[in-house]
Amino acid sequence: MMPPAESATPARSGGKNLLELREIGKNFGGLAALTEVSLRIDRGEIYGLIGPNGAGKTTLFNIISGLYQADAGRFYFNEVAYEHCKPHVLASAGIARTFQNIRLFANMTALENVMVGRHLRTRAGIWGALTRSPATRAEERAIVARARELLDYVGITRPHQTLAKHLPYGEQRRLEIARALATEPLLLALDEPAAGMNATETAALKSLIQTIRGDGVTVLLIEHDVKLVMDLCDRLAVLDYGRKIAEGEPTTVRTDPAVITAYLGGPPPREIGA
Amino acid sequence: MLRRLLDKLGHRSRLTLTLGAALLLLLPFGVDLALGRGWVRITDFALLYIMLALGLNIVVGYAGLLDLGYIAFFAVGAYTYALLGSPQFGLHWPVWLVLPLGAGLSCLFGILLGAPTLRLRGDYLAIVTLGFGEIVRIFLNNLNGPVNITNGPQGISRIDPVAVGSFSLGSTQQLAGVAFPSVHLYYYLFLACTLLVILVSLRLEKSRIGRAWMAIREDEVAAEAMGINTRNIKLLAFAMGATFGGLSGGLFAGFQGFVSPESFGLMESIMILCMVVLGGMGNIGGVVLGGVLLVLLPEALRHGAGPVQQLLFGKIFIDPESLRMLLFGLALIVVMLVRPAGLWPSGRRQRELTAADGVAQQEQETVYDASR
Repeated sequence: MMPPAESATPARSGGKNLLELREIGKNFGGLAALTEVSLRIDRGEIYGLIGPNGAGKTTLFNIISGLYQADAGRFYFNEVAYEHCKPHVLASAGIARTFQNIRLFANMTALENVMVGRHLRTRAGIWGALTRSPATRAEERAIVARARELLDYVGITRPHQTLAKHLPYGEQRRLEIARALATEPLLLALDEPAAGMNATETAALKSLIQTIRGDGVTVLLIEHDVKLVMDLCDRLAVLDYGRKIAEGEPTTVRTDPAVITAYLGGPPPREIGA
Repeated sequence: MLRRLLDKLGHRSRLTLTLGAALLLLLPFGVDLALGRGWVRITDFALLYIMLALGLNIVVGYAGLLDLGYIAFFAVGAYTYALLGSPQFGLHWPVWLVLPLGAGLSCLFGILLGAPTLRLRGDYLAIVTLGFGEIVRIFLNNLNGPVNITNGPQGISRIDPVAVGSFSLGSTQQLAGVAFPSVHLYYYLFLACTLLVILVSLRLEKSRIGRAWMAIREDEVAAEAMGINTRNIKLLAFAMGATFGGLSGGLFAGFQGFVSPESFGLMESIMILCMVVLGGMGNIGGVVLGGVLLVLLPEALRHGAGPVQQLLFGKIFIDPESLRMLLFGLALIVVMLVRPAGLWPSGRRQRELTAADGVAQQEQETVYDASR
């Protein structure tokens, strides 16, 4: 169970919808990466996003985390509309993410990586740093304590002073999750967290994601491991060529003819992921 | 607070600290006796350059922003002091006003330069800052007409020495029966300022802001996604670095008594950058070492190379000045080849090297897992 954080988080109450995308479009030159994608993620669910390579999944992630700006449409998060927002604004609203190709602060320690995640929910500025006032020191202690809790929570077994780049691959993925959790997100967006993991690591990851959801964080998951997605997700959407071709519960989606065509490129002889 | 700090230290490190402090305090007298007064002056310059290098270290070493025009902030501080404390305009403002003003003005210039350019990355930022450095120098060179402000290439001379009330650092002072020559007095002032800059750097490094700088250096996109307002945090690094540059610029003007645009060329910017890179980027000890070496070695060579050649060959083959640049270039290449992280890298970088075994072992494990 994740211990509660001390500082003020974005409101966890509110309507049933946490994230709602309305007709999001994004073009790169002449290429339509996303076309009129609408979807809705409820509070407390694990929502999957799957699709063949190049379907626009990561582009969608980049839009909801503010790294890209959508060319059309808008999205609502926690009942607030966001359009043309900087990444730090969205992070502060409560969207945290990991990256498909791990983007840790490679030359900082595991602990420091998570401490950076606390930046958003702490306040000390230049003056506090220079004077080391009691308030700053207390805050700093709280940051370290929280970072250690989160490292244990995601199951980093190596010493916390290990440089991020010296962690084993699986732990690097977990560290990215710990760093994202340090920002106290309402929505945790995981971009292919199981990529490159062996079966043992994937199983551990699966239970970690379930624990995170159990602790009240909504999870959005991009994953190629279809079995993992089917097992974990409450609902999922399928993207193909930038369009949403199916949405619903795993059991419905896996039998959807459009999905099977997208994955197998022809009329289906059998279900996928069975 | 000092008492508490001393209590925490062991007997041995307390001894080291006391010895170090005594050494630093007696250094100008020792240097004066052993090498002559000229070398005390060179030591003073070394301290000024250390301050500059520490300021640049915040921008380059911590935040990872390559600034090739850093000397411009030094120039702003120096000219602020020169214009407000010299016969140029007949102004003789007190030092305690002019120095902070110069530092503040540099800070402002840092923000002015940073605001439009910090969205650039890597090489592009380097080129823009290089241009900024040159623009400032050319302005100073040409602001003698139609209204004469900077006196153009002639520079501003007869600048007031640093003085508090009637106690001037520009002349020999008797304190407790000991005669302190001007260069000695400046040494103590610069030492105090350098220690202050070191303290500030140390505290910033281990703070929320310092971590944000390093995060930006490591991966700007990830830092942004973790909620760091990268524009503001980078501006802060620029402003802090510029402030230190402006402070040392003011001290330089008061010490030297003369400023001209010549002192603020591109070579100076590169020299300071070399101190940071050569010593060990991001490590305060390394930067100090780099500053000391790059000021003292060329001077030693300048004084030593002529006589040595005279002694060996009976005449001077290579002009010491060109030999200086030659050896300097060679030393840089050797250091970059042999110790790419700098002469005294930060603990972080040392760990990068020593922990290589750990990675090998881990890769072994992964291979094992995969083949199972």
